[in-house]
Amino acid sequence: MSAADVFTVVAVSAGAFFFLAGSVGLLRFPDSLTRLHALTKADNLGLGLVVLGLLPQASGLLGGLKLLGVWVLVQLSSATAAQVIAQALGRRRPPP
Amino acid sequence: MTDFLLAAAGLILLTVAVGLARILRGPENVDRTMAAQLLGTGGIATLLLVAAATGVRGAEDVALGLALLAAFASVAFVNSAAPRQDDDP
Amino acid sequence: MTVIEILDIGLAVLVLGVAAWTIAARELFAAAVGYVAYGLLLSLVWVRLFALDVALTEAAIGSGVTGVLLITAAMRLRGTDPPQASEQLRPMVRVAAATLCIAIAGVLAAGVLMMADPGPTLAPDVARHLGETGLGNPVTAVLMAFRAFDTMLEKVVLILAVIGVWSLAADDAWGSVAGPRPLAHHQGPLTFFAQLLPPVGIVVAVHIAWVGANEPGGAFQGGALLAAMAMIVLMARVVQAPAVDRRWLRVVLVAGPAMFLLIGMIGFAVAAGFLAYPDGIAKPLILFIEAFMVLSIAAVLPLLVIGPPNRPQAGPP
Repeated sequence: MSAADVFTVVAVSAGAFFFLAGSVGLLRFPDSLTRLHALTKADNLGLGLVVLGLLPQASGLLGGLKLLGVWVLVQLSSATAAQVIAQALGRRRPPP
Repeated sequence: MTDFLLAAAGLILLTVAVGLARILRGPENVDRTMAAQLLGTGGIATLLLVAAATGVRGAEDVALGLALLAAFASVAFVNSAAPRQDDDP
Repeated sequence: MTVIEILDIGLAVLVLGVAAWTIAARELFAAAVGYVAYGLLLSLVWVRLFALDVALTEAAIGSGVTGVLLITAAMRLRGTDPPQASEQLRPMVRVAAATLCIAIAGVLAAGVLMMADPGPTLAPDVARHLGETGLGNPVTAVLMAFRAFDTMLEKVVLILAVIGVWSLAADDAWGSVAGPRPLAHHQGPLTFFAQLLPPVGIVVAVHIAWVGANEPGGAFQGGALLAAMAMIVLMARVVQAPAVDRRWLRVVLVAGPAMFLLIGMIGFAVAAGFLAYPDGIAKPLILFIEAFMVLSIAAVLPLLVIGPPNRPQAGPP
């Protein structure tokens, strides 16, 4: 097993762990705002680590750039989704 | 290596699928939207892993398409949940 | 059993489970979100079936167009009353409906099970004649050359759908604007997102439409992604949709099918007949038509989602 493969195994496993943590958080956390916190961890770190781990396996430069593009787009989407969902929650329940 | 990538894909799909129980349980629509958001990201990760393992051509483009649209369900939900005061002239 | 078989079986079970649950869900919004999840899983299934063109379509339409449409519709119906007792079906009708559904499902299942193996297919013919089109993607060759007539009529159907939606407009709103009003002030993250995403999305959409000649992709997938970019700026209220009586909008709407029809007619003069392409320049012609179709699809889909024009105008004095 080459060093690149070891890197892939470690990073993808770590990514899968964050997805697991995100799902458990989404199911177990007590209210919507804490669940949102769990969700964004899975979005950012989970997919980020999976993409990082897949980079050594990418087919050429364009393949690697597309992988990074997917991650950047999901970062942007996930950050926006988290912000607008939090805004909606804040509108409904004004702080005490 | 192939088997490891596929196993990781299966594991991620399984965990986000378990997260789908939030759609069932709710209790509020915002929680359901979050479950869909998590499935979107997990689906993209699964797709990338499966594509790397099976070498299917063009799967990165599908992942790019899904990544572009990842926030759409949440934005549509928040948009239609927002109060309509701005619609008054 | 290998890992890939376990993954495939798991994916199939998951898709069936989400589908069954979406049908059975009593709450409208939960069913809409379930349908979005179902569409995403389905595009994974299409990737596993090596049908990347379909996976791209499902991804763009399911997440970008129908997902937004269904979620918005479910939210809008929130305040309405549940069906009255008088509107609910009597037991006899329910039994009859269930019997009919079981019969149809049984006939379909029997049809699938009795299908000849290997099933009747035109795939060898497509592979044999693919070289004559100059294209590398057999799906695009089928859509744009071998059954071009169907593809053209599908685009006409989309325009008919827009006419159908527009005809729901109230009399005093006709000729005005559909969709949400733009906001004077910015909404922070959403405005930022809607300004940052479309440039990237347009590049990806053009890329997918362009590589469709040789790789998975094509006019519909690219057009659907462009449509999604139009929808995000509308949803974020950065711009407002054009008024439905704008001439340029009408021209963009019909550009795809019109160019298809025009080049199809020219086929009578310079090639074998209607919608036939002259030898040697089939690929450039197909890409030329597809460019116009991308524009039409990108205009049609958001118009279908935002609905009929809804701003009553002051009548004539």
